[in-house]
Amino acid sequence: MNIIRQTKWTLLELFPEQKETEAAAEETAWNNALAAEAEARAEAAAKDKESVEGETPLDQIEAEMSSIDLIEKGKADSSPEQTEPPPVYDPETHDVPFSEIPEGPRADGVLVVKYASRGVHIDVQCSPEQVVESARLLDQAGFCLESISGVDWIKEEQMEVVYDYNRTDGQFCRVAVRVRIPRAEPLVPTVSDIYAGANWHERETHEFFGIKFEGHPCLEPLLLPEDADFHPLLKDFTP
Amino acid sequence: MDTSIWEPIIYLVGIMAFAGLNAAYLGWCERKGAGHIQRRIGPKEVGWFGLLQPLADGIKLMSKQLLVPQGVDGILFRAAPILAMVPAITSMVAIPFSETIQARSIDLSVLLIFALASIGMMAVLIGGWASGNKYAIISATRSVSQNIAYEIPMLVTVITIVMLSGSMNLEEIAMKQEGGFWNWNIFPVAGESIAQAIIMPISFIIFFICSVAETNRAPFDMAEAESELIAGFMTEYGSMGFGLFMMGEYLNIVVGACLTTILFLGGWYGPFGFTSSVFWFLLKIYILIATFIWIRWTFPRTQIYKLLNLSWKILIPFSLAILLLTAVFLKVEGFLI
Amino acid sequence: MTVPIQCTPDETFVLNLGPQHPATHGVLRVKLTMDGEYVVKAEPVLGYIHRMHEKMAESGTFAQFMPNTPRMDYLSALSYNQGYVMAVERAAGIEVPERAEYIRTITVELNRISSHLLWFGAFVLDLGGFTPLLYAFDDREKILDLLERITGSRLTYCYYRFGGVYNDIDDEFIAGTREFIKRLRSRLPSMYHDLVTGNIILIKRLRDIGFVTQETCRKYGATGPVLRGSGVQYDVRKNEPYSVYPELDFDIPCYPEGDSMARYMVRMDEITQSLRIIEQALDKLPEGPVNAKVPKVLKPGAGDCYCAVEAARGTFGCRLVCDGGKNPYRLKLRSPTFSNLSLFGEVAEGMILADALAFMGSLDLVIPCIDR
Repeated sequence: MNIIRQTKWTLLELFPEQKETEAAAEETAWNNALAAEAEARAEAAAKDKESVEGETPLDQIEAEMSSIDLIEKGKADSSPEQTEPPPVYDPETHDVPFSEIPEGPRADGVLVVKYASRGVHIDVQCSPEQVVESARLLDQAGFCLESISGVDWIKEEQMEVVYDYNRTDGQFCRVAVRVRIPRAEPLVPTVSDIYAGANWHERETHEFFGIKFEGHPCLEPLLLPEDADFHPLLKDFTP
Repeated sequence: MDTSIWEPIIYLVGIMAFAGLNAAYLGWCERKGAGHIQRRIGPKEVGWFGLLQPLADGIKLMSKQLLVPQGVDGILFRAAPILAMVPAITSMVAIPFSETIQARSIDLSVLLIFALASIGMMAVLIGGWASGNKYAIISATRSVSQNIAYEIPMLVTVITIVMLSGSMNLEEIAMKQEGGFWNWNIFPVAGESIAQAIIMPISFIIFFICSVAETNRAPFDMAEAESELIAGFMTEYGSMGFGLFMMGEYLNIVVGACLTTILFLGGWYGPFGFTSSVFWFLLKIYILIATFIWIRWTFPRTQIYKLLNLSWKILIPFSLAILLLTAVFLKVEGFLI
Repeated sequence: MTVPIQCTPDETFVLNLGPQHPATHGVLRVKLTMDGEYVVKAEPVLGYIHRMHEKMAESGTFAQFMPNTPRMDYLSALSYNQGYVMAVERAAGIEVPERAEYIRTITVELNRISSHLLWFGAFVLDLGGFTPLLYAFDDREKILDLLERITGSRLTYCYYRFGGVYNDIDDEFIAGTREFIKRLRSRLPSMYHDLVTGNIILIKRLRDIGFVTQETCRKYGATGPVLRGSGVQYDVRKNEPYSVYPELDFDIPCYPEGDSMARYMVRMDEITQSLRIIEQALDKLPEGPVNAKVPKVLKPGAGDCYCAVEAARGTFGCRLVCDGGKNPYRLKLRSPTFSNLSLFGEVAEGMILADALAFMGSLDLVIPCIDR
C-alpha cells in the first residue's frame, strides 16, 4: 500500500459518505483509465504505421503514471503489454487513479490529482469545521505543514485558504487541503495548537486577507506595521 | 643634589611619547597585521604604507562632536575614557626598560601595576554603567566578572615569580634573570631545580592567557563582543571618547607585554647572555604584541560562561598547584635533582 | 550547559535586539526578555523590509514578476528564480530543453555554494572570528565573476526564463567553472576546515548548543540544513526530484546531533556535494537549444499548482493560482527562512545571549526572504 493511498484513506475519515463509495469508484476509475489507455495504445499503433516521429499520447500517459510514484518506480510501468491479459484492479499494489479537479464549485471530498501538473498528490476540499480534524489526521500520519495561503475569490464572494502539507521522512506525498468560506465573514479555526509553525502563517494570512483564525493566540499583524487595519491582498484593496 | 629638575621632565615626556606613539601606531600595526593575515593589503592610502593613517584617524576623531546622550550620568560618562587611558600611562612609570632607563624604581612596582590595572577595569565598569544602555551594562558586568576571574590566576602566578626572585621590584626581578635564556623565568634550566624549570612554562602560559583576558582582547573580548553587544561599554561613545578607550586598550597591551617580558622573558637581557639593552626589551614586547594580534585575527570569540569556567576550573587550580610546588621546591633544596 | 532558570518576572529586562544589530544581518528585530545573560523569552518581530511581493505579482504579468524573485533571498537568488519559473512552467505545461536544465543546475549550484560561503563567513563573524569571512568572500568573488559573465548581474540574478534560460553558456564559463572547482577543492581542507572547523573555541561554541529536534522541525515546517542537521535526510532535490537532479550522483549530508555544529557541518558538506554536482553536470552537458518555444504573453489555464525547490536555506515553495488571465491571480511565496525562524523563540528559551545569537546564525537567516 503506497503512501498516497494510505493518506487518501486517512483523509477519507473526514468524509464518511465518500469513503463508502470510494473503493468502487476507484475500481471504476482504474478500469476507465485502462480502457482509455488501451484505446490510446491502439490509436498510437495505428499512427505509428503512418509516422514514427512525434510523441504519442501513450508516452504522455506513461510519463504521468511514472511521475505519481517516484519512490516505487518499479510499479510505474504497470501498464500492461498488449499481449498480456488486462490486469484486474488490486488496491494493494496498483497506483491510485487520478481524477481532475472540476471547474467551478466543487463538492467536499478527497481527490487524487496529477502531481506533474498540480504539484500535489492529494487535493482535499473540506468545510471549515473539518480543518482542525484534517490537520490532526495529517499530524498523526507524520506530515508537516509547509505553508498556508489565502486566496480572494471576489467574483464568487468567497475566500479560500489552502494548507500545503508535505512529508520529510523520504516518502513522497504532498497534500493540499482547501477550505472555502464566505467573503463577508471569513472565519476558520486555527491549527496553530497542532502545528506550532502555523502560528505565523495564520497571522500572515490574517493580516493580508482579514481571514480570522478562531482560537489563534495572537492575531496581530506580523509583516505589516502593528497598527495596520487594512488587508492588502484583497482584490478590492486600494492603497 | 645632582638629580636635576630635568630628569623627571625628560622621563615624563619620554613616557608620554612612548605611550602616544604606541597607542597610535599599534592600531596601524594591528590593521596591517590583520590585512596580511586576511590576504589583503590593509591601510595604504594615507602616506607611505598608510603610515599617516593613525594621524588621519586622530584628526577625524577629534573633529567629531563629543556627544553625550540624554539620560547618561554626565560626569562618569566623561570620566570613563580618561580613566581607561591614565592608569595605563601611569603604570609605565614603574616599568624598567633597561638597567638604566626607568622613570622610578619602586619597591612594590608589581603591586602598583596591578592596582593601576584594576582602575582600568573600573573605567569599563563606569563607562558601561554611565551610558545607561542595556548592552553597555551587560558588557560592564561581563568585564567585571571576567577581570575578577582572571586577576586571581594572574596574581597567583606573579606570587610564584615573586617567591623565586625574592622581590616585588620589577627591576630586581629582571636582574635575577641576567644572562642567557637559560636563566629566564620561562624555563630556568640553570636555576636551582630542574623540576622548577619544568613547571615554569605552564606558569608562563597561564600568565599569557590571563593577560589576553585582562586586556579584553579577542578571543576573550567579552566586553565589546560586537556581534552580541554591538560595542559593549563603548556603544554610546563617539569621537575622542571612543578614541581614548581604543588608546587605553593598546596601552594596556603594551603594559601587559612589558610585564610578561620582565617577569618571564628576562627583561632587557639578550637571549645568549652577551648583550643587554633596551633593544632586546622592545624586541620582546613587540613579538608578544604581534602574538596578541595574531591570536586576535585567528580565533573566534569564546562565550562568557566558558571563559569564566576556564579561569575558575582550570587556570586557578593549576596556578595554585604551581605556587604550592614552587614553595616546596624552594624549601627542599635540590629537590628531584 | 544550559541551566534551568527560576526567576520572578520583575527581575527580567527586555533587550531590544535590532532592527539594527550586527548579529541580525539585516533588519530583523528580536524582543528578548532577559534574566541577566539568560534569554527567558525571545520574540522575533518581522516586517521591517516587507515589500509585498505577493501583491506585486498580482499586478503584473507572469514575466514581469520575474525580477522580484531574486530580491527575496538575494544570496541564493537563482533558487528563487528557478522556483517561480518552474511553478509557471508547471501551470502552463511548458517543457524545458535538456541543455537549459543542465545550465540551470550548474548555475543554481554555483549560487548555492556562494550562498553557503557567505553564510560561513558571516556565521564565523558572529562568533567573533573575522578572518574566515575574507577567505570565504575571496572564493565567493570567483563565483560572482562567473555568474556575472552569463547572467549580467552579480547578486540579484534573473537568469531563467519560462522554458529555458536567458542565454547560453560559453566555453570560457565552463573552463572558469572547472578552474573554480579545482581551486575551492584545494582550499576547503586547509583554509576552511583546518582553520575553522577544527578550532577548539568554535567547537565549544557550537557543540550541544541550540538543539532542534526532528519533532520541532516537523511542527514548525523547518527545512533545509536545519532539518538535515537534525538527522532528517530530506532534500527536495532527492526526495522530489526536479530538473536533472535524478541523473546526477550526489549525497545529502545529514547529521543527527541537531545542534549548531551539525547545521554547520551540513552546510560545509553541501559545498562539497554541490561541487560534485557541478562537475558531473559540466561533463554531461548536452548540446541543443536553451529555450523552448513559449508564447510572448503567457496565459496558463485556470487552476492552481504548487512547486517546491531546494534553495540554499530550505524548501522554497510557490503556490500559483491562475484564473486564465495574463497575470497571476495569486502567488503565495513560501520562504524557508520564515519557517526556520519561527522555531527560534521556542529553542532560544533558556539560552545564554551569546549562544542564542550563535544559534540564530546557524539558522542562516536572510531577512528580505522572511519579510518578502
